[in-house]
Amino acid sequence: MDDIKRKYVIPGDVITTGPYRAEENVNLVGDKIIATTVGISEIYDSGVRVIPLTGMYVPRIDDFIIGIVKSHTSLSWELDMRSCYPGILPAQDVFGRDFNPKVDELTSRLKKGDLVAARIANFDRSRDPLITIGDRDLGKIEEGELVKISPSKVPRLIGKRGSMIQTIENATKALITIGQNGYIVVSCEEPEGLLKALDAIRMIDEQAHVPNLTEKIQEMLGSNSE
Amino acid sequence: MGVKKTDIVLLDDKGIRCDGRKIDEPRNIMIKAGVLKNANGSAYIEFGENKILAGVFGPRDVHPKHLANTDRGILRCRYHMEPFSVSERKNPAPSRREIEISKVIKEALEPAVMLENFPRTVVDVYIEVLQADGGSRCAALDAAAVALADAGIPMRDMVSACAAGKVADTIVLDINNEEDQEGQADMPVAYMPNLEKVTLLQLDGVLTPAEYKKCIETAINGCKIVYEIQKKALKDKFFGDMSP
Repeated sequence: MDDIKRKYVIPGDVITTGPYRAEENVNLVGDKIIATTVGISEIYDSGVRVIPLTGMYVPRIDDFIIGIVKSHTSLSWELDMRSCYPGILPAQDVFGRDFNPKVDELTSRLKKGDLVAARIANFDRSRDPLITIGDRDLGKIEEGELVKISPSKVPRLIGKRGSMIQTIENATKALITIGQNGYIVVSCEEPEGLLKALDAIRMIDEQAHVPNLTEKIQEMLGSNSE
Repeated sequence: MGVKKTDIVLLDDKGIRCDGRKIDEPRNIMIKAGVLKNANGSAYIEFGENKILAGVFGPRDVHPKHLANTDRGILRCRYHMEPFSVSERKNPAPSRREIEISKVIKEALEPAVMLENFPRTVVDVYIEVLQADGGSRCAALDAAAVALADAGIPMRDMVSACAAGKVADTIVLDINNEEDQEGQADMPVAYMPNLEKVTLLQLDGVLTPAEYKKCIETAINGCKIVYEIQKKALKDKFFGDMSP
């Protein structure tokens, strides 16, 4: 882990030349590995990738996401998940196998604007991502405050083995649900804790690239509680 | 259109042009990335007297749906001049010239944007010319490329654009409005600086083969100057004053 070389890049920057594996957000031209987005490049082992600092969420199978119900047809809901594609949640997933579009009214379960914790069941280039809530801890989110951060900053918010998010949760007693797409729901019984948690999340979104962020967050949470 | 015969000296004996520049000197260029809140990406450029805003949306759903392409995304581009961008009111309806520039800007950006990653979507680029001087298509392209990068749309390379031309029998860099109207040739060039590929090449005027070669070389050098400024704009926005 120690021999990772990091660099700030913009599209077109040559990260390195040589026998490296081109991974995410890079383009191999001849023997040059070129960044395709604004971000931080990483060279490790034999691979090169760029962690983007901006851009939309790109769905990946098995990702946990939070979606906002946008609309519905007679057979499925459409969710906004901050991607270039809408998420499709089939009605069968919610009503069960005996779903009958003639009898069951979709709005009785999920209305426009509702928040849904879901997982991406299937996605490829030819179809819109298929969403499922048929799993433990998935389904409609009843309460909480929605925060939107950049999807590229989600790993920073979680931290190494969840260290950052645990820091915030322990200090504020808030329950934080993080979607990979950058939608986050915070619920807390104490309004003060809620506000503090929201501030911390916004601070991470703004300063994700700053070193020693965990300590800064600890400091902020600590100083507020006094 | 309303060109007055003037007695301005386009190039004096010392090689100084009508606005005081040397022959290989571009105008002052300032670019700022991320100036608009509601667009996914945006940029503002001041290129001499040109003042241009570019906003980018997407990738997003295509409407009308029949325009969507099932195996790659599409790029749409609108270049628009404000009624107050020129000295006499310009009709805000798209003119023949604006439609053409929209098309050439779209085609100059297309080789750089990796649209194949986003099938069935569209990337919209809106360019508003607030104040026009010569060479607004190049300035618009520069702003659009920065706005695309700001929106996080994957690109093979940046696109930098700059014009060169022939004024008083000399090849000069970055033609301004007077030189455009009184000069002998104008050649806007857009260039991908790391891939070393030209994505836009237009020529208005007559050049000999030797002049043509010199002109395109001059323009590409201009593109490289612009590229450094684009780079700085993006680095300022995303990395602040942190050391790379």
